[in-house]
Amino acid sequence: MTRKRARLAFGAGLVAVVVAAGAAAVALAARPGTTPQTAITIEIKYSHFNPSAISVPVGVPVTITLVNDDPIDHEWIIGDDAVQQRHRTGTELLHPVRPTEQVIPALSTRVTTITFDHPATWKYICHLPGHEAYGMVGVASIVR
Amino acid sequence: MRRRLPAALLGAGLALLLVAGPTLACGGLIGPNGAVNLLRTTTLAGYHDGVEHYVTAFQFQGGGGAFGSITPLPGVPSSVEKGGDWTLQRLIRETDPPAPEALLFDRAAASGAEVLMQVRIDALDVTVLKGGAADVGQWASQNGFRLPPDAPEVLDFYAKRSPIFLAAVFDADAAKERGQAIGDGTPVHITIPTPNPWVPIRILGLGKAADARVDADVYLLTDNQPALLPTPTGSNGMTLDNSQQASQSLLNDLRSDRGMGWIPTRGWLTKIAIDASAPQLSYDLAVDASGQGVPSWVQAGLNVPVQVQFVDQTTTIRALLAAILAIGVLILVMQLGRMPGPRAATRA
Repeated sequence: MTRKRARLAFGAGLVAVVVAAGAAAVALAARPGTTPQTAITIEIKYSHFNPSAISVPVGVPVTITLVNDDPIDHEWIIGDDAVQQRHRTGTELLHPVRPTEQVIPALSTRVTTITFDHPATWKYICHLPGHEAYGMVGVASIVR
Repeated sequence: MRRRLPAALLGAGLALLLVAGPTLACGGLIGPNGAVNLLRTTTLAGYHDGVEHYVTAFQFQGGGGAFGSITPLPGVPSSVEKGGDWTLQRLIRETDPPAPEALLFDRAAASGAEVLMQVRIDALDVTVLKGGAADVGQWASQNGFRLPPDAPEVLDFYAKRSPIFLAAVFDADAAKERGQAIGDGTPVHITIPTPNPWVPIRILGLGKAADARVDADVYLLTDNQPALLPTPTGSNGMTLDNSQQASQSLLNDLRSDRGMGWIPTRGWLTKIAIDASAPQLSYDLAVDASGQGVPSWVQAGLNVPVQVQFVDQTTTIRALLAAILAIGVLILVMQLGRMPGPRAATRA
């Protein structure tokens, strides 16, 4: 009786461990900041990007959906430090729409497709006055 | 307070909010580029017979163009009119004897979703809006203003309690044509029937950097000594500078100003000086002048989520999985502990 019970308990525990480990693996695999993805949705709420870290593959078209839930306009500018610095000191209030430079009007959605040609770590930032300082910054890991 | 007056006089921006009775507060300022320098705000909030009287004036730094102001209100106003000519100055004289001679005020106005009221006061266009953050954002956009990045969260903070906003546009060019000098202001008197007066404080930090200071004076004139929430402690950015029975000379003087006939024959004068960093002002000022001493936590914004933080879902999932894993291991260990040893099994 006791041995049988112990076997059952051992089996139940083993199942729990296996299930937990499997679920953890699935969850980690789906984590946007770690595994390169070709379709990503970035939500904007209270002037913050969510997620604030993404991972995308090199050489493959990546579709990024930008959902602005705020009642104010935002930008999504992705690029290296030189690109960000140019926009930081630029004089354009609103940028022409380019795949890597999106203007998302209040309460609207924009979709852009980008093919990244080399590995890098870029940032995506909203350069409207005061927005970067307020925390509208994200990191994009471009990986092979 | 006294030491702040010279700064106010030397500087450009000054807003005076005089409140008689319960409260009312101040406005968040926005400019075409989302940045407006408001150096100081003064407000009088008065509460008598279930009606809140809010008298305020703004003085902006710099001239030209248009400036906007957004003020959350506790209810739908029954009237918005030009305020008395010297009510605010008289209050300052009462609490700060060396009365300033050059306190100037300005205003700005708004318009938006459901427009409840529109009033033109001198160079100020005032619109009372009913709506949420999206509506106010729409008004700002339509009027050529860019709301600062903290506006969505701040406006939501207010809209959850009261969807009424007073939006004002101050046309500095028009003011100049009227002969108003930069720094001059137009006092506005807002009458709001409401059972729950409160003074918006958090809005004062709108658009300000984390290290920016908010410098404002709020006067309360109530029938009885009010209970306040949060209690001004100094360390929370609010200091109780004055709390005493209002003098008859003050009440008589205020009552003789334009539109101030509502001033009661007796009242309690409270002055709260605000000197805080913008992030420190995460609350409003709830006032209970009924004598019960129970100011509302809701009206103070203390039971409303002040910060909405995005939760990393992967972190949540991993924590959940870790918990499942831990429980599984725990069960396993417990059961193994109950397992009879080989000797016991043999005996059986």
